[in-house]
Amino acid sequence: MTDSKTASGRTNPSDPARAWVFGDNVDTDQITPSRFIVSSDPDELAQHAFEDLRPEFSESVESGDFVVAGENFGSGSSREHSPLSLVGAGVSGVVAQSFARIFFRNAINLGLPVLICPGADAIDDGDEIHMDLDAGVVVNHTKDEQYDAEALPEFLQSLVEQGGLKAYTKAKLDR
Amino acid sequence: MTGKTLAEKLLSEKSGTDARAGDYVEAEIDVAMAHDITGPLAFQTFHEVAGEDADLFAPDRTIFTIDHHAPADGVQAANNHNAVRDFAAKHGANQFDVGDGICHAVLVEEGFVSPGDLVIGADSHSTTYGGLGAFGTGVGSTDLGTALASGELWFRVPQTIRFEVDGDLQDGVYAKDLILRFIGDVGFDGCTYMAAEYAGSTIESLPIHERLVLSNMAIEMGGKAGLVAPDDRTAAYLERQTGNEIDLDDAFRSDDDAEYESVHTYDAAELAPQVSKPSNPENAVDVTDVEGTEIDQLFVGTCTNGRYEDIKIVADILEGETLAPSVRMVVVPASKSVYRHMLNTGVFQTLTDAGAVIQNAGCGPCAGYHQGVLGDGDVCLATANRNFPGREGSMDSNVYLASPATVGASALYGEITDPRNIQTNRYDDTIFAEVLP
Repeated sequence: MTDSKTASGRTNPSDPARAWVFGDNVDTDQITPSRFIVSSDPDELAQHAFEDLRPEFSESVESGDFVVAGENFGSGSSREHSPLSLVGAGVSGVVAQSFARIFFRNAINLGLPVLICPGADAIDDGDEIHMDLDAGVVVNHTKDEQYDAEALPEFLQSLVEQGGLKAYTKAKLDR
Repeated sequence: MTGKTLAEKLLSEKSGTDARAGDYVEAEIDVAMAHDITGPLAFQTFHEVAGEDADLFAPDRTIFTIDHHAPADGVQAANNHNAVRDFAAKHGANQFDVGDGICHAVLVEEGFVSPGDLVIGADSHSTTYGGLGAFGTGVGSTDLGTALASGELWFRVPQTIRFEVDGDLQDGVYAKDLILRFIGDVGFDGCTYMAAEYAGSTIESLPIHERLVLSNMAIEMGGKAGLVAPDDRTAAYLERQTGNEIDLDDAFRSDDDAEYESVHTYDAAELAPQVSKPSNPENAVDVTDVEGTEIDQLFVGTCTNGRYEDIKIVADILEGETLAPSVRMVVVPASKSVYRHMLNTGVFQTLTDAGAVIQNAGCGPCAGYHQGVLGDGDVCLATANRNFPGREGSMDSNVYLASPATVGASALYGEITDPRNIQTNRYDDTIFAEVLP
């Protein structure tokens, strides 16, 4: 994993990078197999991301890369270890045709950008893409195409703008 | 304005708003739970937002269990257990240890959940509590950790898909067969961001331990909750099992003119036993379609079907019999009281004599951690809830999901067998209470 993280430690989803494309119904057991989730350490979890489904992922993924998937990404268990493993791997965002509910909440809570993008199936493995979160589009540089994504609901947008659930709760407790 | 669904009413009550599907609300949490996998991350969040020495929003309504890797199968698991014990002790929360059982069994048995409650669990099968008429839902560790401090969490009020079932189930057909059929019909993501509601005369006549099965697996169609309107049966069950007196005067049910995303109706008498083929719960077919499929391992247990009544059904089938020579059977009671009742009522002896291996109460091999992990090429027939690729072990193993009766019948022959071909029993809610000490 090369280090192209920003000063804040976060990768920037507006920087073009490689898309790792997965299919439908990729559940959390396939993202982070159960035997590894005794750890809560992002770097350790990253070493096992998609280990059974796509063993080359953890070795070859580079900081800033994207995960692209079909329908119902992150279904199954509530383990936050799954989005955390992607954060640890330096993945700068996940684009899917749809997400399972708990994974979607967990990703937002961890500050991992997620976009629901019905046209994501046009993206091929290895394409160079970036996410434009403000415009709500995914840009495919390899194919010179772009795909509309669903805007975050207003409530969630506001939560993200307030620094996410942790910052929001902290502020609430301090009041 | 049309009437409201049960889900809308429950979240209206807990948020103090007139909540409608699609609204975002902040709601007050009644009960919060995490276990040995999800707890440690939630504790980090709690410390981050509230500080090391902060108070829990309600220690008496906060529960931590040690069930997924119990007893510890490695140093990291053991350290996680200690983290759970330390956090619970420091903050005065309820804590259940190795062998006490699966979170969802423990919360119900110990009387932590009442109709109308809003229950969040850092475990996806927290939808189970819908079987008692509570809004139970699974959340991640950050959600849970912040709620432990604030006692509140945001929710999008879900639309509801209603599953309406009328008539009598055939002998050998159970709630597990109903839910596998529902999942097969709407699909693995058919209820995502929505609540499932189970209603109709069949559901009303189901004992509570069977309703819990329906609610438990709502998540296998993506459901945020799986609700059954609480009734006298619910109250009687909770009073008998927990000693808690239940007041149903304020209990909610959906209005007749409530708006549903969709309504699916079923004739119970037409339903055959269901089996979900590898590798997704939505691959539900009539048992007759897969009869004769050879099995290597049978697994009886989990938060779905590890209750006393479930294991008793299997024991009844195996009474005086032995497992087919080609199979092994792993039995994992859902709770310590189930384990104890198995000992006291001869179920333990029956299963052991038949050749089964009985383990301590907990999650067992359901998620492929330990206690019966599958190898390459293994085929397992399980009373579990998930059969994803590699879920119970090797990526080259295959898991079929079915009811305890189907698993019991199949154990006799070493291949998937229609339980309607043999004598099967059905139990009401009193059998477990009868053997309570």
